[in-house]
Amino acid sequence: MARPPRVRRSRGRDPLGLRRALSDRLLPALVAAMALLAALALAGAQGAAELTARWETGAAAAVTVQLPPGAASGGRLERALAALEALPEVAGARLMSEARMQALLRPWLGEAPAVALPLVIELRLAELPASPEALAEQIAAAVPGGVVESHGVWVARLVALARSLQAVALAALVLVAGIAAAVVAVAVRAGIAARRAAIALLHDMGATDADIAGRFAGRAGLLVGTGALLGTLLAAPVLAGFADLAAPLLGRVPAGSLAGLPWESVPWGALALLPLLGAALGWLTAQATVRRWLRRLP
Amino acid sequence: MVRFDDVGLRYGSGPAPEVLRDVSFALPQGSFHWLLGPSGAGKSSILGLMHLALRPSRGEVEVLGQPLTRLRRGALPGLRRRIGVVYQDFRLLPHLTVFDNVALPMRIAGRAEAQLRADVAEMLRWTGLDGKAGALPATLSGGEQQRVALARAVVTRPALLVADEPTGNLDGAQARRVLALLREMHRLGTTVVVATHAEGLVAEHPAPALRMSEGRLVAHG
Ligand SMILES: Nc1ncnc2c1ncn2[C@@H]1O[C@H](COP(=O)(O)OP(=O)(O)OP(=O)(O)O)[C@@H](O)[C@H]1O
Ligand SMILES: [Mg+2]
Repeated sequence: MARPPRVRRSRGRDPLGLRRALSDRLLPALVAAMALLAALALAGAQGAAELTARWETGAAAAVTVQLPPGAASGGRLERALAALEALPEVAGARLMSEARMQALLRPWLGEAPAVALPLVIELRLAELPASPEALAEQIAAAVPGGVVESHGVWVARLVALARSLQAVALAALVLVAGIAAAVVAVAVRAGIAARRAAIALLHDMGATDADIAGRFAGRAGLLVGTGALLGTLLAAPVLAGFADLAAPLLGRVPAGSLAGLPWESVPWGALALLPLLGAALGWLTAQATVRRWLRRLP
Repeated sequence: MVRFDDVGLRYGSGPAPEVLRDVSFALPQGSFHWLLGPSGAGKSSILGLMHLALRPSRGEVEVLGQPLTRLRRGALPGLRRRIGVVYQDFRLLPHLTVFDNVALPMRIAGRAEAQLRADVAEMLRWTGLDGKAGALPATLSGGEQQRVALARAVVTRPALLVADEPTGNLDGAQARRVLALLREMHRLGTTVVVATHAEGLVAEHPAPALRMSEGRLVAHG
């Protein structure tokens, strides 16, 4: 029996010639670029979430008012609370509990502070003021003798900013996935056009839609998965660099050298998902595209 | 085995004229039929309906005992695997070797590699292509390509074999050889339908004939 050469025999498994019709150049390269973008968006979203979590405690009490320790007696505290509640900018005012204050002060004053602690009123604002200084003056006028602290307003602003950054990053992620699906669909349609005759022949010989779509989907999944893996690998050092830049914001020391980059703060888990999700997206898109096209055959 | 009942066919949608009109006939299992008629008479269209590459616009087509109008689309691939087709234009896949071209229907049917190897080799021997297993179609003569197309059509031992001008591009000796192979398939029990212009060949091999003219069946027998 005449044995065909090995290389050619293995092509028998690729009767549609998809190795050329869906080439391993353009699609993986495009997908790699998109995976890089997706990784950046993902890390952006995660970083913003981390900053939000870190700052949120600071922003919880956007404005505080301190009264001297003796104010609890003689109704001064009640008057102050009522005056504050009356302000339209204030959504709520309440006295910070002793336990919470002690917890906040423990690092400085130890377990049982000997000094008399001031009374601190935390204010919840109806909305973040355009000018915290103006608001502070207004509050000071409402509570004579109170010390107004409004730095929290700035922190709350940063939190709002970080939140919207997070939303933008997630939107970018969705957009990138959508574009990737569109790119795969276009590539698969070009592949179908290039192999129209072979597809019709296989169909005529009794190949099922699942069989033909499966061949395209397997190839597309492989190419997109590979591209996504490449892009993700490229993204890792970039992300480590960003994490280093952001280190001071999170109370860490920047490294400044490649080896010292904070590799542990790269979101490896999410990144590892990217090639898998990419492969799944390529597979599904190719399945849908090919099956849709095959429906026109009898 | 194959039945047409008042079959009409038009290509595409809309007001295109029917290329087949009121075609009715029945071919018993294991028969051999010529399909004759001038160019454009509708021979390829009849064969296309027989091997389920086309669906009738009107009437009923029954193939291998299955009425098509009552079949789900999902049932068609299984039926198609029991039909062998020799196309008027061969339709060999240019990037596959002769071996892989012939093996294709078996791979589509999910046959194991180890099993199909022997069948394909036998089919290549039968069609006189033993030495060409590793060749690409483009390097073959027209007659050799025709025989590859034939080997591919019969390698799965189909119950129905349709051949469209299988001797169209061949000289007398080559044509006779291909025809001998078709008749042998018939002898082995396959229902065979052969469309051709070659009246000389028909005279050499008398057999019942369907005669078409302008989309109508004008003689049967
Ligand atoms: N895909 C198609 N789209 C539109 N019209 C078609 C198509 N295929 C065939 N026809 C028309 O159908 C009619 C019958 O064609 P068919 O190919 O069945 O003839 P034939 O008898 O096989 O001819 P030949 O002997 O030249 O192969 C012709 O008028 C042809 O123009
Ligand atoms: Mg024809």
